[in-house]
Amino acid sequence: MSAATASAPPPDTAPDAAPGSRTARTRAALRPAGLLLGVVLLAAAAALSLAVGTKGIPLDQVWSGLFTPSGTENDAIVRELRLPRTLIGVAVGAALGLGGAIMQTLTRNPLADPGLLGVNAGASAAVVTAIGVLDITSFTGYLWFALAGAAVAATAVHALGGGRWATPVRLALAGTAVNAALFGYVNGLSLWHLSTLDEMRYWSVGTLAKRDVSLLLTVAPLLVAGALLAFALARPLGAIALGEDHALALGTRVRRVRVLSVVAITLLCGGATAVCGPIAFIGLMIPHAARAFCGPDPRWLMPYCAVFAPVLLLVSDVVGRIVVPPSEIEVGTVTAFLGGLLFIHLVRQRKVAQL
Amino acid sequence: MTPVREEKRPAVHVDLRRGLLRTGRWSLRYDPRAVLVCVLLAALAALAMVLALGTGTYALSPAEVVRTLFGDGPPGAGFVVLDLRLPRALVAALVGFGMGMAGAVFQSLTRNPLGSPDVIGFGNGASAGALVAIIVLDAGTTQTAVGAVSGGCATAAAVYLLAWKRGVHGYRLVLVGIGASAVLGAVTNFLYLRADIGKAAQAASWTIGSLNARDWSDVTVAALGVAVLGPVVLGYARRLTMLEMGDDTAAALGVPPERSRLILLSAGTGLTALAVAAAGPVPFVAMAAPQLARRMTRAAGPNVLPAAWTGALLLTAADLATQRLTGSALLPVGVLTGVAGGAYLAWLLRGERRGARL
Repeated sequence: MSAATASAPPPDTAPDAAPGSRTARTRAALRPAGLLLGVVLLAAAAALSLAVGTKGIPLDQVWSGLFTPSGTENDAIVRELRLPRTLIGVAVGAALGLGGAIMQTLTRNPLADPGLLGVNAGASAAVVTAIGVLDITSFTGYLWFALAGAAVAATAVHALGGGRWATPVRLALAGTAVNAALFGYVNGLSLWHLSTLDEMRYWSVGTLAKRDVSLLLTVAPLLVAGALLAFALARPLGAIALGEDHALALGTRVRRVRVLSVVAITLLCGGATAVCGPIAFIGLMIPHAARAFCGPDPRWLMPYCAVFAPVLLLVSDVVGRIVVPPSEIEVGTVTAFLGGLLFIHLVRQRKVAQL
Repeated sequence: MTPVREEKRPAVHVDLRRGLLRTGRWSLRYDPRAVLVCVLLAALAALAMVLALGTGTYALSPAEVVRTLFGDGPPGAGFVVLDLRLPRALVAALVGFGMGMAGAVFQSLTRNPLGSPDVIGFGNGASAGALVAIIVLDAGTTQTAVGAVSGGCATAAAVYLLAWKRGVHGYRLVLVGIGASAVLGAVTNFLYLRADIGKAAQAASWTIGSLNARDWSDVTVAALGVAVLGPVVLGYARRLTMLEMGDDTAAALGVPPERSRLILLSAGTGLTALAVAAAGPVPFVAMAAPQLARRMTRAAGPNVLPAAWTGALLLTAADLATQRLTGSALLPVGVLTGVAGGAYLAWLLRGERRGARL
């Protein structure tokens, strides 16, 4: 199963091994441009996220509301309701995109996603325990539960999937089983405490709505630490993507990189889940799309994911706001729907032998 | 074709050194240990049922329960035992039986101990169907079951067709199923969040699997699955063993892989569908029963019948335990099997990892 980068189309599999080839050179030249494009798209998505909603607000008023507020109703909507939501979307999206990129590179599994591999379910189960059993209601109280749950579930799925001998299918099955167990537990607990079912059912679907910006400020240090760790790991992860023997030969400390990667995934995805509830498939979709532009080298893949994942999250959020007026579809539902379809498409495209 | 296949059969048996019972074109291979295990499991399941029948506000001793079953019980016991509790106990046993059998089929087809009907999206399909019935159509119990079964079967069919690419490989089936589960999960969540709290609770309770307030119509549904589809699965059990060896080997041994897989998948899905119609998607019975059965019979292969009896015992015991532990018949049995499922996964993790068999 050394389909190290089976996820990438054939010319992408060894871009750095053939730096002289024309495609590699063209891509190398276009990589910074793509990143710049991503930043522009991110700004556009953020503007959209501020402008669109139950009450549409023209972009010029969004601008004046942000920078020269005059206390109108629109200014209040932009500054107090939509801005936190947009900021949370950017931070959480970037965290999930980075988490997915690390996971796919580390497990050499093109289908890896924090949502599929138990991280979200672990965090959910821990938070529901904190709310339902221990009566912890403060956000800072259950943040640590979310992180611990994410770490435990990710480790369990990895071990259940066969550890070093994990194949994509084994990992996916292990993730499904652990998800089933944990979500069963979450459901059961919600039924047991029927009074909290109402609260829990909203938490257990990822959403950006009605989140306080103070949540983000609490988690921000964790997300930043996770992101820095992710970028620091980009180089050794690229070596591991070539295969463990190669990585060892290149002087990579494989074991240490693995442990640190799990720490980074936990910080990024656990933190994101603590703020928004479980949002799946962002970490699956974005690395796939990004790889088509920048190739599989994590040193480029990670910045790409960090920029493009929030674009997808914000756009999904906006779509969810306008599909069924006057209510909204939670962003976690939109991404799961889109992500599931992409997942099926990827599986159908690939030869089973590559999996 | 047929005579050729007849001749090939003995060649397979000699390898496996098992007992053989054959009449005409039907043959039954049996293993004395497996038969013993089945009998023991059936006896234990019956015992659990008798205990469950005596449990509740109106408590009866096991002897009184048995006397009541034969029409000679204390006055008033007939109504409580036969009309109120017996349907529930029978549904538990039949649903467990069907789920255990379906689980054996799916684990064998996916060649993975984590395989269950849910991996091809059945569970989420059924939940989506049920939620549409409860929330959109405001349906009662029967319509909910119909919605669930249609949803589950439609999903299974769609997953099979989506995974088709000059044949359906077990792994592609699993992965497409996971994707379809995600899409349907999104639909389910959407409906769930739009429901008022009463309907949400009704849906949540259904989604986790409950044996509360079952009546004879539920018994009929569950029994129909076991009586009609059970024999189909048993008849194809040996093909299942051969499919485990790989499609090429199976074809060489005279088993058409694609057609056998389709029939087995349909029968397994149908069994699950009727079980789910009767009790909701009780988690982990289908996943755990075949593995436990294999440990008890110590036989390779799918162990269809022992797995079915293990399922019957598991669910009957789980039902008894939920009623005894909480003193109420209201807690969904799926909560207990869900929690037990976590323990099962831990055990599987410990046992299977050494051989990297997972």
